[in-house]
Amino acid sequence: MAAATPRIELRDVHKAFGAKQVLCGVSLKVMPGESLVIIGSSGTGKSVTLKCVLGILTHDAGEILIDGRPLARIDRRGFLRHFGMLFQGGALFDSLTVWQNVAFRLIHARHPLGAGAARDLAIAKLGRVGLGPETADLYPAELSGGMQKRVGLARAIATGPQVIFFDEPTAGLDPILAGVINDLIRELVSEMGATAITITHDMTTVRTVADHVAMLHAGRVRWSGPIEDMDAAPDPYLQQFIHGRATGPIETVR
Amino acid sequence: MIVLRLVQSFLASLGRSTLGLLAATGRLAIFAGVAVSHLVRPPFYPGELARQLLRIGYFSLPVVGLTALFTGAALALQIWSGGDRFNAGTVVPSIVAIGIVRELGPVLGGLMVAGRVSSSIAAELGTMRVTEQIDALTTLSTDPMKYLVLPRLLAGLIAMPLLVAVANAIGIFGGYLVGTTRLGFNPGAYIKNTLDFLEASDIHTSLTKAAVFGFLLALMGCYNGFNSGRGAQGVGEATTNAVVTASILILAANYILTEAFF
Repeated sequence: MAAATPRIELRDVHKAFGAKQVLCGVSLKVMPGESLVIIGSSGTGKSVTLKCVLGILTHDAGEILIDGRPLARIDRRGFLRHFGMLFQGGALFDSLTVWQNVAFRLIHARHPLGAGAARDLAIAKLGRVGLGPETADLYPAELSGGMQKRVGLARAIATGPQVIFFDEPTAGLDPILAGVINDLIRELVSEMGATAITITHDMTTVRTVADHVAMLHAGRVRWSGPIEDMDAAPDPYLQQFIHGRATGPIETVR
Repeated sequence: MIVLRLVQSFLASLGRSTLGLLAATGRLAIFAGVAVSHLVRPPFYPGELARQLLRIGYFSLPVVGLTALFTGAALALQIWSGGDRFNAGTVVPSIVAIGIVRELGPVLGGLMVAGRVSSSIAAELGTMRVTEQIDALTTLSTDPMKYLVLPRLLAGLIAMPLLVAVANAIGIFGGYLVGTTRLGFNPGAYIKNTLDFLEASDIHTSLTKAAVFGFLLALMGCYNGFNSGRGAQGVGEATTNAVVTASILILAANYILTEAFF
């Protein structure tokens, strides 16, 4: 039987900003329906990796394949139609109300949904992330950080995407809300059968959300494997990171 | 030897500056070209265009109107004062009209709107860049050039001629107020003088200038905001650069257009 084609694959991807080399040959595979969590210290190129896959940044060398086809040759609009992303800060549009944010894609689609139907759907999605209909007509500036994150999550899942990226989904949240968001992500990924890539520093998120884990260090994948193998992996960089030790091979600033 | 090195270093820095200027001009031209190319590529966002028309046009009316009113009034006094030296005080209505319509209406209107609108566009788009809202648009299958930039450019292009048309009328009215209340002009004669003197070409010149200035001030706001640096400092610099470059381009374009219509 032929091996399944990865949904997303990076082969020896390089990216530099001026003289600063951020990605120095990142290779990763994410199979359909799999949840990959990318961990690593700040500045190791996690967000840059995601932005290269999205085509927001252009990689300098290497290959990025979507369903086995090079990124440059895929129908990007078609790919993005089935894609959702939760940004670290929410990235909600300030000038639009909460429901308009959630239903943005539906309102601006080629065959747009009417305002009433789009609002109803947005309210249903807000309910899915634990927000009541009273939040629908508020503006993002009127929400707390945690609520903004949940609205961002509702927007990311509004059209039932096949691929979802989560950039630091629990950063800045209290532990209880972080737990709620983690469970929600796991639930959504399992329920929708979506392929997910999550970037995080939070080990609780890693253990809740991941099928596979990849650790980036110095612009390369230092370790990757199933979540079950993570704790027993002998890699000293990985062990220092997952146990949050100040001493070890990863240099820390004191 | 030292002199040779100094000359070489001077030429090198001159070359670097020239290359930098050419590169910046090229980037701006590509940015404008890409934005304008979306005019013929759907989807279109008429709601966004309407919002920007309201913001750039309607909400700029008070500042442009007041500028025109006071400029027209001051101009009437200056022309009276100057014209009186060689017994030509009666030229006030015609010179106010030509001064406002051909030059001061579009230029001062453009500069005032640049201060108000270019800065606000740059700050808005810069903040959207910094907070990843522009990236979020891309992930929502929406081209930021089409959704954010094109409606603002079109709104600048459409709203400025309308604004300047109103500003011209208000500016002439400012001159009329001073002329009839302070300088003893007969109201009917003042209006007749103004209407008799103005030609269609004066109005064409005024509105063409306004459209070009509107496009330029929106373009500089969008370009600087879209390419804003990170953080509050980056957004602040983008805002300042937008106003400064828009103002300079308006003044330069004004000279070029005046030469063209001369």
